[in-house]
Amino acid sequence: MAQPITVNLISGRTIQQGVAIESGKEKPSYRTACGIIEMDPSDLKRLGAWKNTNVKVTSDYGSVVVKAVEATQGPHPGVAFIPMGPWANSVVSDNTYSTGMPTFKGTPVKIEIAINEPVLLGVELVQRQCGVKVG
Amino acid sequence: MTKTITDVICPFCGTLCDDIEVTVSDDGKKLLEVANACVIGTEKFLHSQSTDRVTKPRIRQEDGSWKTISYEEAADYTAKALAKAKKPLMYGWSSTNCEAQSVGNEIAEIAKACCDNTAAVCHGTTLIAVQDIGLPTCTLGEIKNRADRIIFWGCNPAHAHPRHMSRYSIFPRGFFTGKGQMSRKMIVVDPRCTDTARMADVHLQVEQGRDYELLNALRVAFKGEWLPDVVAGIPAEKIREAADLMKSGRFGIIFFGMGVTQSLSKNHNIDIAIAVTKDLNEYTKFSIMPMRGHYNVTGSGEVFAWQFGFPYSVDLTRGFARYNPGDSSSIDLLKRGEVDMMFTIGSDPGAHFPISAVRAIAKVDSVCIDPHITPTSGVSKLHVPVAFNGVECGGNCYRMDNVPIDCRKVVEPPEGMMTDLDFLTMVCTRLKKLKGAA
Repeated sequence: MAQPITVNLISGRTIQQGVAIESGKEKPSYRTACGIIEMDPSDLKRLGAWKNTNVKVTSDYGSVVVKAVEATQGPHPGVAFIPMGPWANSVVSDNTYSTGMPTFKGTPVKIEIAINEPVLLGVELVQRQCGVKVG
Repeated sequence: MTKTITDVICPFCGTLCDDIEVTVSDDGKKLLEVANACVIGTEKFLHSQSTDRVTKPRIRQEDGSWKTISYEEAADYTAKALAKAKKPLMYGWSSTNCEAQSVGNEIAEIAKACCDNTAAVCHGTTLIAVQDIGLPTCTLGEIKNRADRIIFWGCNPAHAHPRHMSRYSIFPRGFFTGKGQMSRKMIVVDPRCTDTARMADVHLQVEQGRDYELLNALRVAFKGEWLPDVVAGIPAEKIREAADLMKSGRFGIIFFGMGVTQSLSKNHNIDIAIAVTKDLNEYTKFSIMPMRGHYNVTGSGEVFAWQFGFPYSVDLTRGFARYNPGDSSSIDLLKRGEVDMMFTIGSDPGAHFPISAVRAIAKVDSVCIDPHITPTSGVSKLHVPVAFNGVECGGNCYRMDNVPIDCRKVVEPPEGMMTDLDFLTMVCTRLKKLKGAA
């Protein structure tokens, strides 16, 4: 049985994220670009997951389901990367330490395999997390 | 027949490329092709032409569905919500022009609102550091013509500012940098081996969040003093090699990004990066520059600064401008549940704020002014689509090096669609009436 692992999560821009936000955040392309977690091959192995498996990422601040992919800008063992967007922001630390700036980089997170759980679309994810009634 | 418009400004990132060529139909109503822009900029121009754009304001009804309304009704709703609120938050401003920002500030003054721009989740901590110890900086033109030592610290321009390296920092052949890339040395500091890091002469793969230690170690290395064997995951010899490379240049520049502003030490990372720049000026000429994200986030800081005295996190609720990040900053205000009306323009806090802050937005009266459908419009009560700035209307913007550049209109917006400036002016007139202001 695969065990959950703990990694250090960072977030940031990617060129795919840039293109996706300009082509429409309501579209599936946004999810393809940003509803992912880039993991080092050694961490994928530690988790016991094939690449492109859905995983649940949990921190003290929330949890989200994303697709685990192999790091494109690695190696970075122990560090995982979710591109900037609502998926990353479901789990990043919201502590600003009186600077106004949340701690988007360096949140400890737990990753576990969630093969049967779907990755939500961007707008849908935020609406669900906020309990917005959608007609 | 089509016509080609040259020297168009790209309204995506703070690089504000000014060499874009756009082909439009003869009547100026259709944008057909984009040349010279990066893939993101091209997408921005082309998305204005998509057929599924929202073209009329829409308000969320009790059952959660949208109802289309007129711009007049939308302006009424916005003005009333602002007038009623005790502590409205007017956030965003970075993807609109300075003219609209200025009208927005007038509204904020009448409504006694808190105003903030996207520096809150971007270079806000940089602004704090600059207020602490100043900023020895320069323009991108000087870098193109003079800089032979380029340091990218915690930023990844290959992804976030795709043409930065080709236009200004690495590849161009400038007056004193005639051999282009050959005449420059490039150092990248990043916990990942990014696509930018792969191009570097030296990549310092710092342990995530240990930038302060590494910057401090560089200051020690400049002076040739003792260093531990390893600092922040980097061996001492490699730190000394990087320090010597920096000192040996004729003109150097440190570009820094979210890697330092958003990790734990925040403004202190920037403090010491500026101190490193100061130290280097004892040996050669060095400058430092933040890699600003939104194309006009710099302009928003400028307009806030000349109208209110502070570049972000401005609180006008007492009738005069106060600035106290941590207290008057958007995310802290939202997290504490102090905001009772959210006004968003030219940004997407729904996607880019931590979810706890977004939940607070969803609870209150909210207006989202944005040409796109976004997570923010998805949680707002009113969505007002507007023309794309820099594509369907012009206006003044500031590049990341504080150089003002006028954006150009290249194509007509869909019929009947208003610009940010028009809509804000309507709201301002109505709010003045409601508040009895002259």
